[in-house]
Amino acid sequence: MRRDLWPTLLAFLAVTAAVIIMPAERSGWDWGGVLSFLTAFAVTVAIYSLFTLGLNVQWGYAGVFNFGVVAFFMLGAYAAAAFTKEPAAGGFDTYVGGLGPKLSPPFLQGEEWVPFLVGALAAMAMCGALAYLLSFPALRLREDYLAIATIGIAELMRNVVVAERGLVNSERGLKGIPRPFYSLFSPDDYQYFYLLLAVAVLALVFFAAERALRSPWGRVLRALREDETATAASGKDVTAFRRQAFVVGAMIMGLGGAVYAYERGAVSPDTFTHFAGTFIFWAMLMVGGSGNNRGAVLGAYVVWGLWIISLQLLGYPLPEALRVRIFYIRDLLLGALLVLVLLVRPQGLLPEERRVSIWVERLLRRRPPEREGAQPLAGRAPEA
Amino acid sequence: MADSTSKATVLEVSGLVAGYGEVQILHGVSLRVAEGEMVAVIGPNGAGKSTLMKAIVGLVRPQAGRVLLRGQDITGLPPEQVVARGICYVPQADNVFPSLTVQENLEMGAYLVPKQVKERLERAFALFPELDQRRHERAGRLSGGQRQMLALARALMLDPQVLLLDEPSAGLAPRMVEVVFAKVREINAAGTAVLMVEQNAREALKLAHRAYVLAMGQNRLEGPAQELLGSPEVARSYLGE
Amino acid sequence: MTAAARAFVQSSWQELRYRADALSGALLWALVVSFLVGSAVSSPDHFAVGLVVGSVYALAALGLTLVYGVLRFANFAHGDLMMLGGYLAYFALTGAVVGTRRDVHLPRALDSLPGASERLGDLTFGYGLLVAAVLSALALGLLCIGLDRLVYRPLRRRRAGVVILAVASLGLAIGLRSLMLMVWGPNPRLYVEGVFPAHRFPFGVLLKSDQVFTFAVAVALAGLVYLLLFRTRLGKAMRALADNPDLARVSGIDTERVTVATWALAGALMAVAGVLLALQAQLNPQLGFVVLLPVFAAAILGGIGNPVGALLGAMVVATAQETSVGWEIFGRQLDPTYKPGVAFVILIAILLLRPRGLLGAKT
Repeated sequence: MRRDLWPTLLAFLAVTAAVIIMPAERSGWDWGGVLSFLTAFAVTVAIYSLFTLGLNVQWGYAGVFNFGVVAFFMLGAYAAAAFTKEPAAGGFDTYVGGLGPKLSPPFLQGEEWVPFLVGALAAMAMCGALAYLLSFPALRLREDYLAIATIGIAELMRNVVVAERGLVNSERGLKGIPRPFYSLFSPDDYQYFYLLLAVAVLALVFFAAERALRSPWGRVLRALREDETATAASGKDVTAFRRQAFVVGAMIMGLGGAVYAYERGAVSPDTFTHFAGTFIFWAMLMVGGSGNNRGAVLGAYVVWGLWIISLQLLGYPLPEALRVRIFYIRDLLLGALLVLVLLVRPQGLLPEERRVSIWVERLLRRRPPEREGAQPLAGRAPEA
Repeated sequence: MADSTSKATVLEVSGLVAGYGEVQILHGVSLRVAEGEMVAVIGPNGAGKSTLMKAIVGLVRPQAGRVLLRGQDITGLPPEQVVARGICYVPQADNVFPSLTVQENLEMGAYLVPKQVKERLERAFALFPELDQRRHERAGRLSGGQRQMLALARALMLDPQVLLLDEPSAGLAPRMVEVVFAKVREINAAGTAVLMVEQNAREALKLAHRAYVLAMGQNRLEGPAQELLGSPEVARSYLGE
Repeated sequence: MTAAARAFVQSSWQELRYRADALSGALLWALVVSFLVGSAVSSPDHFAVGLVVGSVYALAALGLTLVYGVLRFANFAHGDLMMLGGYLAYFALTGAVVGTRRDVHLPRALDSLPGASERLGDLTFGYGLLVAAVLSALALGLLCIGLDRLVYRPLRRRRAGVVILAVASLGLAIGLRSLMLMVWGPNPRLYVEGVFPAHRFPFGVLLKSDQVFTFAVAVALAGLVYLLLFRTRLGKAMRALADNPDLARVSGIDTERVTVATWALAGALMAVAGVLLALQAQLNPQLGFVVLLPVFAAAILGGIGNPVGALLGAMVVATAQETSVGWEIFGRQLDPTYKPGVAFVILIAILLLRPRGLLGAKT
C-alpha cells in the first residue's frame, strides 16, 4: 500500500474501534444496544455522505464554491416533508403541502412508498431548479465572491422560512413527518431497514457519480479543472458544464435532505444553521479528500465518528468545567482539525490520483505545449 | 567599441536551472554583463527569457546554478534583498501600480531610501519630463508608452547597478518603441548596465553591445550584437527573415 | 480589415467600456445619494439609527477592506474576531469569565480602579471601558499577526487559492466562536447594566449619547485610516501591495512587514468595532457571524481597499436595513426578519453589476 495511505488507514481503524468499543464499554457490553447505536450512527453517516458527495460534484468536479449548502439541505428536507405530511390540521400549524395522502395509489401498498418517492423527487427537482436559477448570476462571480453570495442565499432562505407564516410553519417547523414502509416493521426493527435504505441510496448515488466522472462529460470537467483556458480554447462551453455540475450536485443534496427528513421525522429552522448544514460538510470533504468521491464518504465517516466519540466522552469521569463545555470543545476541535488538515495534509485522507495531464491530453489530443511563464497549477483541490 | 572582457563584471549568471513547480523552463543558462554594458537576450517564444529575469531578481527560486552581483552570491535571495543590493527589474506586464499616482509610484521605487526621496524624485522628473506633467495622475490612466516610461523611472529610483528590462517594447506602437529605446540608450549611456530581454530582436540588437540567443531554456549563441545582426543563421531563425 | 481599422475599433471599444464603466459608476453614486437623502427625509428616526449601526459596520468594514484589499482574501473570521475584541475588552474591564454556576472573577480588573466606572458625561461608561478597548485593540492586533503567521502565511507560501484561504478562515471562525462560548458562556452580556434614556433630537430622532459617540468614533477612525493610506509611506506601501504584490517586492518593499502592519491595524479596528457593537447591541458569541454579511456588503459596495468607501458603504447598508421595515413589497410591509436579507440583496446587486463598488480600483 502506498506510504501516504498509512495515516488514512490508521484514522479509519482508530475511529471504528472507538465508535464500537466506547458505547459497548459504557453500556456494560450490551451488544444489542450497541448495535442499535451503531445503526443510528451509520444512517447519519450515509445521509451526510450524500451531502459531501453533492458538494464534491459541485466543488471537486466543477470548482463551484458553494458556501450555502445548507440552503439546499433545507429546501430538500422541507420539500420532502411538505409533500408527505398530511395537510395542516388547523390550530397553530400552517403550511403548504400535504399532497402525500392524495398521491398514494391503493395498490402495491402505495401509501408506504409512493408519497416518499414523490417527496424525494420533488426535493431533487426543487433543489435542481434553484441551482439552475442561481447559476446564471452565480457562475459569473469570482470564487470568493461566490462564497460570500452563497452564504447570503442560505441566510435569505432561512429568513423566508421564518418570516413567511403559512409557508412551512415558521419557527415551529414541521413535525410528524411519516416514514416509508413504516407499518411493515416493528418500531425496533425499522431502523435496520432504514439503514439499508439509506445505504442503498448512497450506493446508487456514489456509483452514478463515479460513472459520470469517467464519462465524456466527466472528462471535460476534469480537463476544465486542470486547465480552464485550454479547455475553453478547444471549444467547450465552460459555463454550461459548470452549471450542469452545480445542478446535479444540488439535486444530490436535495435527495439528502429528503432522506434526512424521513429519518428525523421533524424539521425546523434551528436545525439548519451554517455550522451544522454547511461548515460540517466542507470539513468532512476536506478531511476525507477533497475532489474525490471516496474521500467524501470517508470524510463523513471520520468526522461524524469523531463527533460521536466526543459525546461518548461525557460518559467518563471528567472535571466539571470540561463536562459543561464539551460541545464547545468539540466544535473548536473540528475547526482546528480543518485548519490542521489544510496546513499539513491538504489533499485530505484519501488523496486523489494524479491523473492530471492524462485528462487534458485525451481531451485535447495533444501534449499541452510548454508555455513561457507557465504558472504553477493553482488547482482548486489543494495539491501538496 | 571597448572589449567587454576588460571591464569589471557586474552581473554573472552561471548554469541557472529554474521553473515553476514541475515544469522546468531553464536548463542551465549562463551570461555576463559588464560595467556599463547593454546586453540583449533574444530568442523565440517559450525560450525562457522572462523566467530568466524572474530567477535573477528572485521572483522565481532557481533550482540550480548561481547568480553573482559583483562577485557576491545572490542566488535565491528574495526580491527585496536583490533590489537592495542593486538590481532593479521592470516586468513586462503590470509594471506600474495602477491605483497610485505617478509620484506615488516613484516614491515606492525609492522605498529603500526614504531620506533621499525628494531629490530622487526631482532627478526622475528631470529625466522624464512627460511624467513631471502628470505627477498626480493615477498610473492606471496613463497610455501604454507613458506607463512604460513610468516603469523605467520607477526602477531607476534606486540607482541600480544593473537594470533588468523584460520586453520594454511589448504592446507599444512603433513610434513609442523608438522613444522607449532612446530612453534606454540614454540610461545606459549614463553608466547603468542594462540586461534586456526582447522579442523585437532586430531593434534589440541594434541597441545592445552584446547579445545572447536563448532557445528551449538553453544558451544557443552569443557574441557582439553587430555580429549577430549580420549573421545569416540568426537572421533566418530569430529575425524572421 | 486593415490594421488601421482594427486599431480604431479596438480603441473605440475601449472608450465604450471606459464610458460604460463611468456610467455605471455615476448611476451607482446617484442611487446611493438619492437613497440616503430620501430615507433621511422620509424616516429620519430610522435613518439616525441606521447611521449608528452603520458606524459599527464602518469600523468593521475598514478592517475588512484593508485585509481584503492588501492581503487579497476574504476573511470569514472577521465577524468573530470583532466579537472577540469586544469580549477581550469586557474581560479587561470586569475580569469575568463564566464559571460552572456563576462567573469567576479575576482578583483585579480595570473596573476596580478608582472612578473607572464613573460615567463620562452622559455616556453609559467610564474611562475604564476606554482603556479596556485600547488593551483589546493591542491584544487583537497581536492575535491577528499570530494567526497570520501560523495559518495564513504558510498557506500563502504554498500559493493556496482564495478558496482554501477562505475555508481556513471559516475554520478559524468556528474555533473562535467556540472559544468565546467556552470562556464567557452563551448568555449575552453587557458592559454596563441598566436602562439609559435617549435624547430627543429634531425630526423625531431618538438617540442615546453612546450612539452619537459611536458615530463620532467611526468617522474619526475612518479619517485616520484614510490619512494613513494616502499620506504615509507605510500606507502607500499597503496600497502598492494591494495593487501588485510582485511589483511591490521588486521595488524593494518588505511585503512581510507591510502584511504584519496591515494585520495589526485591522486587528485594532476590529477590536474597536467589536466594543462599539457590544455597546450598541450586546456581547454574544453568535453575533459575529450575523454581522459578517452586512459588513462584507458594506466593504464591497464601498469598493475593496478604500476606507472612505467602507464608511459610505456601511452607512448605506445599515440605513437600508433599518429603513426597510417601512418598505412595501408586493403590497405588504417588509417583515423585520428580512433585515439581513436587505444587505444580501445589495451585495448581490453590486457583485453582479459593478463589483468594484463606489470607490474600488478598476479590475
